[in-house]
Amino acid sequence: MTDTTGVDVKSPGDDSPLFNLIEGFVVELRTAGLPVSLVENIDAAQAVRHIPIEDRAAFKYALAATLVKNNAHWKTFETLFEVYFSLRGKEYALDPDGDDPFGEGDFEDGENPDGPPGQGGEGGGEGLSPEELAELLYQALMKGDSALMRALAKQAVKRYAGMEPGRPVGGTYYLYRTLRNLDLDGMLERLMDQSNEEAGEDQSSLDQRLQKDEYEHRIEELRKEIEAEIRRRLVADRGAEAMAKTLRKPLPEDVDFMHASRDEMANLRRAIYPLTRKLAVRLARKRRHGRKGPLDFRNTVRHSLSYGGVPAEPKFRYPKPSKPEIIVIADISGSVAAFARFTLHLVYAISSQFSKVRAFVFIDGLDEVTRFFEGVDDIAEAVHRVNTEADVVWVDGHSDYGHAFEVFWENYGKEVGPKSTVLVLGDARNNYHASQAWIMKEIQHRARKLFWLNPEPKAYWNTGDSIVGEYGAHCDGVFEVRNLRQLEGFVDNLV
Amino acid sequence: MAHRFESVDAVRSSLRDVDYLADDGIAGIAYLADRLDKPVLIEGPAGTGKTQLAKSVAEMIGARLIRLQCYEGLDESKALYEWNYKKQLLRIQTEKTDDVDWDNIQDDIFSNEFLLTRPLLEAISADDPVVLLIDEVDRVEVETEALLLEILSDYQVSIPELGTLEAKQIPLVFLTSNNTRELSEALKRRCLFLHLDYPEMEREKEIVLTKVPDITENLADQVARIVRSIRQLELKKAPSVSETIDWARTLILLGIDQISEQDAVETANVLLKYRSDIEKVVKEFSTNSQAHFEAVGS
Repeated sequence: MTDTTGVDVKSPGDDSPLFNLIEGFVVELRTAGLPVSLVENIDAAQAVRHIPIEDRAAFKYALAATLVKNNAHWKTFETLFEVYFSLRGKEYALDPDGDDPFGEGDFEDGENPDGPPGQGGEGGGEGLSPEELAELLYQALMKGDSALMRALAKQAVKRYAGMEPGRPVGGTYYLYRTLRNLDLDGMLERLMDQSNEEAGEDQSSLDQRLQKDEYEHRIEELRKEIEAEIRRRLVADRGAEAMAKTLRKPLPEDVDFMHASRDEMANLRRAIYPLTRKLAVRLARKRRHGRKGPLDFRNTVRHSLSYGGVPAEPKFRYPKPSKPEIIVIADISGSVAAFARFTLHLVYAISSQFSKVRAFVFIDGLDEVTRFFEGVDDIAEAVHRVNTEADVVWVDGHSDYGHAFEVFWENYGKEVGPKSTVLVLGDARNNYHASQAWIMKEIQHRARKLFWLNPEPKAYWNTGDSIVGEYGAHCDGVFEVRNLRQLEGFVDNLV
Repeated sequence: MAHRFESVDAVRSSLRDVDYLADDGIAGIAYLADRLDKPVLIEGPAGTGKTQLAKSVAEMIGARLIRLQCYEGLDESKALYEWNYKKQLLRIQTEKTDDVDWDNIQDDIFSNEFLLTRPLLEAISADDPVVLLIDEVDRVEVETEALLLEILSDYQVSIPELGTLEAKQIPLVFLTSNNTRELSEALKRRCLFLHLDYPEMEREKEIVLTKVPDITENLADQVARIVRSIRQLELKKAPSVSETIDWARTLILLGIDQISEQDAVETANVLLKYRSDIEKVVKEFSTNSQAHFEAVGS
């Protein structure tokens, strides 16, 4: 049985199953948005000749080294790899194939998952009551016994996920069902209580914290095992290609600000710091490597002295592009808050490229938040303070662009000058308040440039209460900025 | 050509012999680099052992390490080769008196004798086994990257006056990048890609054990755990492996063999290099102890 699921690697000729496998995998990667060139494809095919598919970790790294050249794409690659290769290689076969890969006789599932519990051992996994299963899991987590944990993850999925063949439900649903039944939070508490009791009074809080980290780590491992098991079962049910399609997730730089899940948000937050650093380096470089300006006569003459008065080394004036002054006016109401946060973060991270940055946030009232950023070197912290401390509610806490602009114009309008570039961030969903678009016109008149960044997809603009068109008429540009990639592109051009 | 390595496991164990603890990925890619004759592009946060990997591989196979440190403004004459024009000038002047025809001199002054080899050419023309390390390749401009392409894909250098010099033996090539900018597709395509991240706790503990003499198993374990805990916080710059090692050494010097919160907080400046990060960690560790006291009190 395992011989047919395993791939023959003894004769990796050009049309061997292995070669076709790689071919198919590369197609999957490309559909997921990873740029895999032909050369890389060939490299991968050559690499796997040297690495046996049985050595799974090495096999995975070999493929990754040849196919994935950007660490941000690793996650996507890993998921696809698991899906695509989850049923190939005998130790990853599903239980019904017989031999339990982990030698955990006690949890052997038997020949047939739907049949009676396994014959051997002291009652197969199916014979366990939920309490016993929980107890075993507790023990496994306590000891950090990964083999036992893996076996239990399988058992838990089988028991709680309620997976049925052909059911059109995504893996997250099954994951949710399994985790709900396992109550891992309660488990963590119990583990901590236990370890506190054992250590007694003299345990320092540092030890306690480390212990907690350790347990959290193990529970995370268990979660991953469960996820992997669900994936394996789904693949067995639907086939790798169909699964890959349902699991396809956007790359981090393409994640939509407005619809990011909590995990994706966390990823975005992690992604933004290296991004800003990269951007800052690039911009600084661009500034330095501007084209040469006109001849600097004095400097040339000065240098000619070392050549006996012959102007052998012409010197040029380097153009010094003026640093713009940036005024950010951001809507931070619910739906677009994340977008405002990221933009503020990015703008402040490269604030050395601007002569001055001022930030205003509003919902229906408006507040200047520049003070939060002054003298702070932790931008994330400052952005957090903006969200919690700024005074932006005037009446009811629903976006009112018209009123916010009015307040801005009244109090700060005079400070918009010919050097200022004004950025307005928001979806222009005005809840049918008065638009006060004349203020935009005034600002455009006075400022160097006025840009509007809208986190909504273009197709939704000017539908419902969105009046971005009305404001946009007075802007120098209205841009759709839905993800990090677009944001980076915009900021790059801004400088 | 004979291969340098037997198997992935062999790579791992011989790297261990030179005190470099490789995981599956690292050993596997070093092995592949040899088998496929491809350069390895190593990317990752600072202080995770990117440069050290190249050094250790060189030590392991007993090869000479040739290092090209990249920086902004690096050019052909510093990376590839340069004509020794002073020597050429001298040659022309000594010939002046005799009646030698121009063609001869020209052929003569553009010969190997007048060529100054720079790291890349040196790696190609070496007779003994070499490992070429191109360090911090992300520091050069995009245009300069092109200099590397020929050598990376074909292991040869074209000199207009001399023709193409091919490698006598194919060296192992490692490029490192701190990822301050996106490298060009052309460069990435030619390389195997290895992302070196912070190690798993177990591995970090072993690294500490090998790199810090006299450390007890218990202390190393505690160090690795605390560092993992710190890395989970959102910091500007998480502690790197080298900083972990420095910290372990500091603790040894201070004669600490059981880390208390007090010790951790007081020596945090070895691990962390930003004030805001240190503050965050101190806060995190001390609020934790507060919660603990409350729990004990109740």
